[in-house]
Amino acid sequence: MSVSSTTGETSGGSWLYDPKVRSIFAQVVVVGSVVALFYFIIHNTAVNLEKRGIASGFDFLWEPARYDVTGGFLNVRSTQTHWDAFMAGLLNTFIVAVFGCLAATFLGVVMGVLRLSKNWLVSKLAAVYVETLRNVPVLLQILFWYGVFILMPKPKQSLALFDMFYFNNRQFLGPKVFFGDTPALSAAEQEAMIHRMGEVKYNKLVEASGGVENVPAALAESVKPVFGTGSWILPVSLIIAIVGVVLFRRWAKKRQENSGEQLPVFWISAGTIVLFPILCVLLSGTAVNVQYPELIGFNFVGGASIPVAFMALWFALSTYTATFVAEIVRAGILAVNYGQTEASFALGLRSGQAMRLNILPQALRVIVPPLTSQYLNLTKNSSLALVVGYPDVVGTIGGITLNQTGQAVECIVITMAVYLFFSLVISMFMNWYNKRIALVER
Amino acid sequence: MKMKVGTLVFGAAIGLTAAAANATTLEDVVARGELICGVSTGVAGFAAPDDQGNWSGVDIDVCRAVAAAVLGDASKVKYVPTTSKERFTALQSGEVDMLSRVTTWTFSRDVGLGFEFVGVNYYDGQGFMVPKALGVTSALQLDGATVCVQTGTTTELNLADYFRANNMEYSAVNVETADESRENYLSGACDVYTTDSSALAAARSTFDDPSAHQILPEIISKEPLGPLVRHGDAQWGDIVRWSFNAMVVAEEKGVTQGNVDDMKGSNDPEIQRLLGTDGDMGKQLGLSADWAYQVISQVGNYGESFERHIGVNTPIGLERGLNQLWTKGGILYSPPMR
Ligand SMILES: N[C@@H](CCC(=O)N[C@@H](CS)C(=O)NCC(=O)O)C(=O)O
Repeated sequence: MSVSSTTGETSGGSWLYDPKVRSIFAQVVVVGSVVALFYFIIHNTAVNLEKRGIASGFDFLWEPARYDVTGGFLNVRSTQTHWDAFMAGLLNTFIVAVFGCLAATFLGVVMGVLRLSKNWLVSKLAAVYVETLRNVPVLLQILFWYGVFILMPKPKQSLALFDMFYFNNRQFLGPKVFFGDTPALSAAEQEAMIHRMGEVKYNKLVEASGGVENVPAALAESVKPVFGTGSWILPVSLIIAIVGVVLFRRWAKKRQENSGEQLPVFWISAGTIVLFPILCVLLSGTAVNVQYPELIGFNFVGGASIPVAFMALWFALSTYTATFVAEIVRAGILAVNYGQTEASFALGLRSGQAMRLNILPQALRVIVPPLTSQYLNLTKNSSLALVVGYPDVVGTIGGITLNQTGQAVECIVITMAVYLFFSLVISMFMNWYNKRIALVER
Repeated sequence: MKMKVGTLVFGAAIGLTAAAANATTLEDVVARGELICGVSTGVAGFAAPDDQGNWSGVDIDVCRAVAAAVLGDASKVKYVPTTSKERFTALQSGEVDMLSRVTTWTFSRDVGLGFEFVGVNYYDGQGFMVPKALGVTSALQLDGATVCVQTGTTTELNLADYFRANNMEYSAVNVETADESRENYLSGACDVYTTDSSALAAARSTFDDPSAHQILPEIISKEPLGPLVRHGDAQWGDIVRWSFNAMVVAEEKGVTQGNVDDMKGSNDPEIQRLLGTDGDMGKQLGLSADWAYQVISQVGNYGESFERHIGVNTPIGLERGLNQLWTKGGILYSPPMR
């Protein structure tokens, strides 16, 4: 009572001490200074750019890049635009990020489980793997793998496997499979090819692809993807197989709940996904063309190839990130009460089944949130591609384009937007997955 | 996160230069008592540190000349190594006062990037180096080759043009520094190494067996390499331009590091103006009267610098060629000191 009356009496200066007023004031000050700071930075940048006569805007994206993008999964020529170069970089970043996350998850789960193994040697080996790789900067690991790969034999002395797979210090190569009849290039198209690549090169390709009749497939490799008649059969049958498997699994689950009978669901699903498309291709009589890599001059021509820069980056990022994943998985498993394991055994489950059907699903709830940040880290770390010359977004739009056009602000903004976009997509996907596996409260 | 910090730093850098830009570059350098010079990370003969971290080379001599002219002491330079890719941001953001870094004078850099090239200290052209064992004798035989090339250079643009014009294909290994090029090239990760031909000679001189490598005869571009400054500070541009020109004029007039003191008594009017015994050129530049005397006595003339670092008696072994004085069959030519 007395307190309230005191406040009433001294009301003249009291609003100064009112926590509500104070906190509003503090927030206004903070927001105001942040806005002012950004205004200052943006305004100053604009003024300084103008003073130095540096044009701003995104028009440069539609001008010819004037440099070639090679050494990734999509080559872009100097006559194509900066936008095309950016797209190639984006694709390359996307590929390392996706394959990196997949490999890191697989390796991480295996290592995390092995580290909990009752076998002393196995668990210690897993522990050594985690503790060493986790503590070496990933940049060094990328350089290490790159160093290992460039010490491989040169193209002329490539290690060969069945005359189909080749390993050298630039690329790993294998046969490339085309489905469907690739339409023969018209005389005019052949003319254009010869003009573009020169007669010598064209003849070499004819030779490499084993005759003029095979040339379209070979040309497709260096010119554009050719979707021949019948090539739709493979993707369509794959989609049908996947849909079929999803329906089958639902049905099998229901059946098991009703009758208790179990089916070898995994083998049936896997078999369908692999065999059904192949069967469709074979039965429909779709042509299958295989093109083998061939050493011509300095390097291999044709076939499917993976650059060593990618291999180095991919190995390093996934083995490094897998150490963190392993720890997360281990923590997740340990978080599940041991009583659950005992209960599984009491129900007659074998230890593999107990892990797969009981422990891991519960552990996932603990594992998924921190896993998300590992995926984000891997994606962001992929920007270290630069040190091995793998042309990712940072190397193309954020590197060469930035440097050659001088449009630093625009290029950095684009590069940031790419990473932001990847991060948001990963977060969204993981949040969705996390919700799906969350405990269903009844 | 990395990117975000980068941009903030970039924004802040540009923002802050506005604040700093009130003082002229000359005032900044004098107040600091030190010139900050952007150089390469290491190209033998042009700019390379020795075991003790002392830099030397013809590009370094340009920095030293400016420090001698402005501060009276050629050793008052802080060298900031920059990669081909970083160099322009370093200059634009005000991190360095000038660049002297095997940088080609091109339209887009002079105009589009907002720089001012103040001269040419080495007339160069792009070439290709291959191991002799490859059996290649002309760049036109390089179809399908893998090429080591530094990013952020004119080199990568010329390379794309040359191969396209000749209907050839290549695959590039993009590297950031000369060291990485060397490592990739020597390990065979690329068949060919391309850059300015002077830098090829410099790189070759550092190989264990230089004679196993060959520079192909084709020179595919013009690469006038020279020092540059930011647009907008004309006085500073003049100082750097004439500090370098003083070295060229000195060679033309036979003024050397050894005889510069005697030359003070010369009655050749241009030498008198150069050495500050006549006229007020120093004052016009905002420098002391003996600015050029300091340059020549501490750094030497152009020819001396050339022979000391990259001439035929050094491991790099470059002929003067185009870089000979105009009076001796080259194209090295300074506007008159008058
Ligand atoms: N002159 C060309 C190329 C300059 C360049 O980067 N040259 C290489 C030659 S090896 C270099 O300086 N490397 C040294 C380094 O990476 O610090 C340009 O200005 O774009």
